[in-house]
Amino acid sequence: MSEVRVLVGTRKGAFILASDGKRERWDVSGPHFAGWEVYHLKGSPADPNRLYASQSTGWFGQVIQRSNDGGRSWDPVGNKFVYDGVPGTHQWYDGTPHPWEFKRVWHLEPSPTDPDMVYAGVEDAALFRSTDGGQTWPELPGLRGHGSGSSWAPGAGGLCLHTIVLDPSDPGRIFVAISAAGAFRTDDGGTTWRAINRGLKSEGIPNPEAEVGHCVHRIAMHRSRPGVLFMQKHWDVMRSDDAGESWREISGNLPTDFGFTIDVHAHNPDTVYVIPIKSDSEHFPPDGRLRVYRSRTGGNEWEALTHGLPQRDCYVNVLRNAMAVDSLDSCGVYFGTTGGQVYASADAGDTWAPIVRDLPAVLSVEVQTL
Amino acid sequence: MIRVVLPAHLRTLARVDAEVALEVDGQATQRSVLDALEATYPMLRGTIRDHVTQQRRPYLRFFACEEDLSHELPDAPLPDAVATGGEPFLVVGAMAGG
Repeated sequence: MSEVRVLVGTRKGAFILASDGKRERWDVSGPHFAGWEVYHLKGSPADPNRLYASQSTGWFGQVIQRSNDGGRSWDPVGNKFVYDGVPGTHQWYDGTPHPWEFKRVWHLEPSPTDPDMVYAGVEDAALFRSTDGGQTWPELPGLRGHGSGSSWAPGAGGLCLHTIVLDPSDPGRIFVAISAAGAFRTDDGGTTWRAINRGLKSEGIPNPEAEVGHCVHRIAMHRSRPGVLFMQKHWDVMRSDDAGESWREISGNLPTDFGFTIDVHAHNPDTVYVIPIKSDSEHFPPDGRLRVYRSRTGGNEWEALTHGLPQRDCYVNVLRNAMAVDSLDSCGVYFGTTGGQVYASADAGDTWAPIVRDLPAVLSVEVQTL
Repeated sequence: MIRVVLPAHLRTLARVDAEVALEVDGQATQRSVLDALEATYPMLRGTIRDHVTQQRRPYLRFFACEEDLSHELPDAPLPDAVATGGEPFLVVGAMAGG
């Protein structure tokens, strides 16, 4: 009998929600790291009992935790994130140069093949990689050293590298997204990088079609088709069929194309999920109705999924790292809200039910199918 | 023997449930006490002072003998009462919430 384990990072700790393949009854454990912000936790595909978690606070900074038993016990590992060489500057909010300063780890992406290898996307934006289970964290400086680095500017949430997508068919290829710089790709394992933002249009920057400066919120890929990428940008839902060389808009009939999160069905690479949010200043669902939108056609044609979700007086947000899918035969879809609810659908989005309703604000949701 | 009182979250991280006692080589200063603390509890590295600059994190303070020692130089001697174990060296988190 298969099991699923939902890993939830919140403003005040981490929670692990576990169920059998029916996904009807759930055991909830936590809070782990109570009182700390847990921006992300994720399991190793190569060893599902190996988990990594990013915990931080303004008082005590960054700690990385590792579990070898599926989250029952944790040990702190290395937390020394030091930029390679002379860090230099990026743009500050007012356009002045600002030194690169490490603040926190937004995203941990374990290698698909090596439980001891894990990537960390951090604020201020940079990519680090550990090959010793999180004990040490050398930077992959080629990304920050990309010629445009000095022009990167923070979004409202800081200058953060929040998305790391590893190409399962090519260990040298990695996609990352930075707010508010855009999407970048390496084909040589992280040594050299280039911006992949052609086709993006962002009205909030002087040149709407600039090479960098776009506030990309999230990128998703189906592992069977790694050249196809889906993106939720600040505004606009986008698609690339050439590994990011070019993008086209697929917002179609969405009620608003602002949002944070996006994901792809586990078995159907043309089935995509987004959660539209009203606007960049109104971070809640349109009309107070929490609706997931699903496209079965790879974009443009979207249907609202509402069964089991609140359809009145709902003003929560769903953040960029807070949606994930399982890989059971009937694909499960999960998302968490800033109101502390974690919703699950065991039928690919047709019906929803809350697993928990009253957690701290949810920052991230990941799912392991065991 | 130097006595150090940690804030609750750092006690949890270090897996201690009370104040800690440290042997410090040489003169008791902020630097030598924190060096000894981090040597005994390496998971605390980076949580009290920056890994590279060794500067105190901005939302922490160092108190002892009812004095705020946060702005003393790191190599300044700590009060005799701290050096002899009569009074603890306190690492205190700023009163701030959220």
